[in-house]
Amino acid sequence: MDTAHSHRRLTQLLSRGSLTRFIIVRLAATGLLLLVLSFVVFALLHLTPGDPARNLVGVRNVTPELLQSIRDKYHLNDPFMSQYLRWLGNVLHGDFGESIRNNTTVTTLLSDRVTLTLQLAGLSFFLTVIVAVPLGIAAAWRSGSVLDRSVSVASIVGIGAPTYAVGLLLLYVFGLWLDIFPVYGSGDGGFDRWWHLVLPAITLASGLAAMVFKLTRTAVISELNQDYVAFAQSRGLTRRQIRSLVLRNAMIPVATSLGLVFAFLFGGTILVEVTFALQGIGSLLAGSVTFKDLPVVQAITLLTATVIALTALAVDIFYYAVDPRVRQRGIR
Amino acid sequence: MSRRPFIPILTGIPLGIIAIFVVASRWIVPNATKQDIMTGVTSPGTAGHLFGTDQLGRDIAQLAIAGAGSAVVGPIVIALGSMMIGIMLGTLAGYIGGWLDLLLSKYADLLLALPTTLVALVVTGLIDGGYWVTVLVLIMLFSPTDIRMVRGSVIAQTGRPYIESAKVLGLGRIRIMFRHILPNVLPVAFSTMLLNVAFALVSMSALSFLGLGVGPGVPDWGRQLSDSRDLLDRNWGALVLPAMLIIITAAAINLLGDWLQERFEERSVQR
Repeated sequence: MDTAHSHRRLTQLLSRGSLTRFIIVRLAATGLLLLVLSFVVFALLHLTPGDPARNLVGVRNVTPELLQSIRDKYHLNDPFMSQYLRWLGNVLHGDFGESIRNNTTVTTLLSDRVTLTLQLAGLSFFLTVIVAVPLGIAAAWRSGSVLDRSVSVASIVGIGAPTYAVGLLLLYVFGLWLDIFPVYGSGDGGFDRWWHLVLPAITLASGLAAMVFKLTRTAVISELNQDYVAFAQSRGLTRRQIRSLVLRNAMIPVATSLGLVFAFLFGGTILVEVTFALQGIGSLLAGSVTFKDLPVVQAITLLTATVIALTALAVDIFYYAVDPRVRQRGIR
Repeated sequence: MSRRPFIPILTGIPLGIIAIFVVASRWIVPNATKQDIMTGVTSPGTAGHLFGTDQLGRDIAQLAIAGAGSAVVGPIVIALGSMMIGIMLGTLAGYIGGWLDLLLSKYADLLLALPTTLVALVVTGLIDGGYWVTVLVLIMLFSPTDIRMVRGSVIAQTGRPYIESAKVLGLGRIRIMFRHILPNVLPVAFSTMLLNVAFALVSMSALSFLGLGVGPGVPDWGRQLSDSRDLLDRNWGALVLPAMLIIITAAAINLLGDWLQERFEERSVQR
């Protein structure tokens, strides 16, 4: 009786179109994606030209003994698959090995710098949302107006404008010429830190805002063209009532796109951090690539991929849970 | 939506000038990379140097004109290359479907899971790639979106009556795909390609801004920008000129591509 009940409960949970089944399938797919990526990231060590042991030595004097000790330490003479599995096991325990450039573990190096990148990403994300979403709604509401046209053209320019060029121009105008904001560096924590992050965050947000503006505008316009809006108008609902109906429906694709903007945010931080000489994860990656500090490069690449994959997963689940139309269509 | 007839003229003028720079820079500015240490840094407006000079005494404006080639040629090759891959694989995935479609979609998913800047930086940085290696890497990174785009439009075409009648007439798959479906996909492919040129231009100059891509001493806008950081306080021209050139070129190509896409969409709706 009890097993029959739990069995029925289980089939119910896993039936086509149920949220639990959807989450399980998407979790498995994300896990698989990350597994494949981890393999590629590990292979970077062997795909980089030259002897992996020599690359791991860095700028130290190369002696046969040192090379041998590196080979022993990293088990470079083992078969490829067992090297990969050993590395993966360490990674799952949060151990990415040691940085070649700085004599610390990769984990400490990252934890020193991750706060700044998160603050920068958070501030830019906040700026993007409070500017682009209202503008997108206003432009769609009065589509074809002067506001709509000018912001639309500006957004095309904004999407194309490279972050580092915009950043340097802002740096010159507001940092050097008008002398309002600090030019370089990360500040001394607290308010000073945020003050230092204003220009970088505006730079990063300019491209994102253009993208989010476009997506919001399209979402609201396509919602305004739905039959239910014409019906509501003919029934004599006020503009205000219609607006709340339309916005509630349009916010689903907007929220989805905001999640996906994250991927661009992480690509953008690299350039912004280098432009403004901020000591974050992005500038660390740029420096480590030039220096061939492979453990650091592997760690940052894999962590970024994980964050992006998990964000995409969360967005998908949100979408599935909120929009009944998606649920009906079932899993792709 | 408006047709915005002024767009082709508005974007054509700057793009035409850039095109002249690309083709004829070796005759317009034959001595662009000539160094003159005695002059050193000068500010804009100095006699003979409209935008001043850098630490090596090189004229900023001449360098920028000479840099148009490396800024534009690579991105055009990237957009062409990735669209060729997109058309080949996207048509096959869209028309034949099945396991091939699944495989190509998964490949596209994998590449889209990471930001382009990050992958391009890591791959070209680690293999010490030059200009053309960077171009190859970016073709690989751009192709998934093109494959998806072509696949989508091919699937949209497949259901139409003219394909049915072609099948009834007994035409082969290859012939239907490339003689009948492809011409209807090309307009959208072309406008997507233009947008890709702009995107590739920004990506490539970003990489050279980070010190990758172009070789040392080769004139390049991204390189000029990263060099300009050291002379911000002495010559603002070194920053403003290459920055404006990148922004204007990318914006002009984007506006034109966007305009074309709208025109093509209108036409296909009218049909």
